[in-house]
Amino acid sequence: MSMVVLIGLLLIGGVIAWWTERINSDWPRWVALATVCAALLYLLRITASLSLESFELVPDPHDGASWLLHLKLAWIPRFGINFELAMDGLSLLLVALTLLLGLIAIASSWSEIDFKTGFFQANLLWTLAGVCGVFLALDLFLFFLFWEVMLIPMYLLIAIWGHENSGYAAMKFFIFTQFSGLLMLLSIVVLAWQGAATNGLLSFSYFDLLGLPLEDPLAWVTMLGFFIAFTVKLPGFPFHTWLPDAHTQAPTAGSVLLAGILLKTGAYGLLRFCIPLFPDISAQFAPVAMGLGAAGVIYGAILAFGQTDFKRLVAYSSVSHMGFVLLGLYAWNTLALQGAVMQMVAHGVSTAALFMLAGSLQQRLHTRDMRQMGGLWHQAPRMGACAMFFALASLGLPGLGNFVAEFLILLGLFAVQPWLCAVAALGLISAAIYALWMMQQTFQGEPDTGRQMRDFNGREMLAMTTMIVALIGLGLYPQPVLDLVQPTLDALQQEVRSDFIRAVATTSAAQ
Amino acid sequence: MTGADFQSLSPLLILSGGATVLMLQIAFVRSVNLTATLTTLILALAALSCVYAGQIEEQRVTPLLLADHFALLFCALFCAAAAVTALLSHDYIQHHGDEPEEYFLLLTLSTLGACVLAYAVHVASFLLGLELLSVSLYALIAYPNKSILPLEAATKYLVLSGAASATALFGFALLYAVTGTLEFSTLGTRLDETISGQPVLIAGAAMVFAGMAFKLSIVPFHLWTPDVYDGAPSPITGYLASVAKAAVFIAVLRLFLEADLFRYQLLVELIGLMAILSMLAGNLLALLQTNIKRMLAYSSIAHIGYLLIIFMAYLTSGDRALTVEAAAYYLIAYTATTLAAFGLLTLISAQQVERENVELHHVTGLFWQRPLLAALMLVAMLSLAGIPLTAGFIAKFYLFSAAVNGQNWTLLGSLILGSGIGIYYYLRVVYYMTRRPEHQPTGPGTTQSWREFALPGVLIATILLLGTMPQALMAFLESIL
Repeated sequence: MSMVVLIGLLLIGGVIAWWTERINSDWPRWVALATVCAALLYLLRITASLSLESFELVPDPHDGASWLLHLKLAWIPRFGINFELAMDGLSLLLVALTLLLGLIAIASSWSEIDFKTGFFQANLLWTLAGVCGVFLALDLFLFFLFWEVMLIPMYLLIAIWGHENSGYAAMKFFIFTQFSGLLMLLSIVVLAWQGAATNGLLSFSYFDLLGLPLEDPLAWVTMLGFFIAFTVKLPGFPFHTWLPDAHTQAPTAGSVLLAGILLKTGAYGLLRFCIPLFPDISAQFAPVAMGLGAAGVIYGAILAFGQTDFKRLVAYSSVSHMGFVLLGLYAWNTLALQGAVMQMVAHGVSTAALFMLAGSLQQRLHTRDMRQMGGLWHQAPRMGACAMFFALASLGLPGLGNFVAEFLILLGLFAVQPWLCAVAALGLISAAIYALWMMQQTFQGEPDTGRQMRDFNGREMLAMTTMIVALIGLGLYPQPVLDLVQPTLDALQQEVRSDFIRAVATTSAAQ
Repeated sequence: MTGADFQSLSPLLILSGGATVLMLQIAFVRSVNLTATLTTLILALAALSCVYAGQIEEQRVTPLLLADHFALLFCALFCAAAAVTALLSHDYIQHHGDEPEEYFLLLTLSTLGACVLAYAVHVASFLLGLELLSVSLYALIAYPNKSILPLEAATKYLVLSGAASATALFGFALLYAVTGTLEFSTLGTRLDETISGQPVLIAGAAMVFAGMAFKLSIVPFHLWTPDVYDGAPSPITGYLASVAKAAVFIAVLRLFLEADLFRYQLLVELIGLMAILSMLAGNLLALLQTNIKRMLAYSSIAHIGYLLIIFMAYLTSGDRALTVEAAAYYLIAYTATTLAAFGLLTLISAQQVERENVELHHVTGLFWQRPLLAALMLVAMLSLAGIPLTAGFIAKFYLFSAAVNGQNWTLLGSLILGSGIGIYYYLRVVYYMTRRPEHQPTGPGTTQSWREFALPGVLIATILLLGTMPQALMAFLESIL
């Protein structure tokens, strides 16, 4: 039940935040902050109550009982649908990331939002609840439900509190994700009926559907349904076009949530569902997926360099970084998978920080256009230092989290696709170009003396320091994070087994 | 007729008796409040009597009517939907007509027609129900408003619907000429015995088909829909889009099931083709509308298109339980959602006399001014778009299941494409509602009755319950099929 309480806490917190707006428009912020803190403490309590050995136990992908937490309640027996939540190391890590970035999002929206603060915070908390649900749901129907439901508060965040072109961006975001979601729903239904034909029992449970034998054309189409839905969210190369608009138009907290956690649901979906459910097909498909990943890395980097809008630049850099995740996932060896998980966390933190910076710049200068900035370091040295740090993190400076992630991915990738690895490594170089160029444009150069600008205050510095510490921690001592997810990765690799690696190797040899 | 016969017909008897009572009441005392309350009570009583009638398992009353649980379920649905319409109309009608009591009488009569359609297993009862429903609707469309738009809509509906009824009638006559029967099930067996492909038979079938397609506004017989929906008063549009369509659909489904018309593959494939056309044309045309009523009219065309998928699914999978269950669930979800959407339009334009507030910009900022009404519209739009937690999602999930079971990939493709397009125009309404209002609102909100809180609350709860706790209804549907 503890996972239900966690999600319920966020949902109810949202309702309370909305309601307190009637009393005082400052209260919702505090309510939201208290809710997320309470959720974090509760998560800590759940984790603390588990025995240390259970974290080393490899969770059996066919049996939920061997996971850290498992809950199964009958929900719609007519279709064999259960309310099934389960948590392993990977889900735990991502839920923790979600809640931490939730705090950052609340901090970044503290003084930015003045219209209907209550409803804003409510939507923020509901988005967090939806994302936590996505990371915990192990019944495919329930997963789909959370997957879709988290979009609505996010849509409202962008549409209501967004910038000048928010209607367009919110609509584009919703249509892209919703349409691809429908493809996934179709795949889920096909998979469940196929399972009914094979096992004689209609079920939507991940534990029942794993390892289902599928015939060829059907398996391909079904796999593509999942793949497209997750790649749109990731976003992978040809499906990324919603992202720059949504990120740019969203309010700061929205961008933080989008880049920090919503994108990770796509990566999580690929890792948890798409590849393990279709091991053979995924193995055959891996070169294409990795090609898309490498294309994303390069394409995102080039476009990032071409931007004049601060937020757009960060958005395109996300496309580039998430390309690495796609590469790591489809390389499917221990190193690459570790790197992909690491990248999910590190990119979540570093991009959230950059979006928060962008938000504070816009709040102060009323523009996101970098051509109108320059020399800001003189007026706001604290901001400059933070920006410098996160720009360096983003370009993959050794010693910071992103470097560990990208290095592991490249290392793992080299074993299966050396040429693609070489191409992807170019992404690191281009990242240096756009990140430093961004710094030059905004914080260095001739300062505009007529400009008055407030530097970061205590609240903002606190948020920034948290993320700086997190990135340094991840960079210098990533082992705890890797240990946490290792059993899950082992279990998944056992499930998909070595045919995958062999198939990947042979297809790359054939090329 | 035995006591059991009367018991199983009790909803129809209550509605007929109620109509008489209403007529007498109007003759002696003219009072909108009294008539409206009485109508709501009669409709609620009729809905409740379905439970009483349901105590009898399955009863054939005369060759005309079959009282099984399926018929009673839809009887209850139609009565409940009509009761909601009556409540919605209460405030609306007081501002519109000068002597609007007969409006409620007509509403009761057309509900009687819809219920007869749910019972019908014979061409005679089918046509009786159809005409009772349609003729009351002609008057209802034109009744409350003296302006030009409703008159135009009523005339259009009268002429076209009359023509469609006549076509169907003539088609049935031709079928009778060949088979010598009007009973659905005998019709099926007699069709087997006759030489198939006779010109008379084909002509008859085509005419019936065209008539029904018109009533259901399936592409290419849909052209009347936007104009009539736009012109009709909002509560009646909601009724027309939900009850009138669901009743005809149920009757047609019954005809197909009883006479086993699914064996005519060409016929079912034709329906499949029209389903695709309806889904695509309905959704594409809805994109272009700025008038919410017209948009909903096109969206209703698309929804009937989605629903028609079950005919093909039945043909290819033969899983009667799942396909009919899917259709039933879809109709229930669609009725609740449509009533909610038009209910909102009724409530926001209740005080408007000249023209209704149904353009997109009329709902600007509604979210901040009247949150409950906006929540109603939000839930309705999400349900129509098929977003989880709403009834519309479970309904769409049913269609997915049925079509996957029957492996109708083309239809599924159109369903996904159509739904994808649909998101845009449903969400556009939400977007307008959440926009910050440019000027402070002037006008409505002064004389709010209890209905303005109770109705949205009940409708929202219904849609969400159907979307989150569907098991009870699913189990019930499974048990009666």
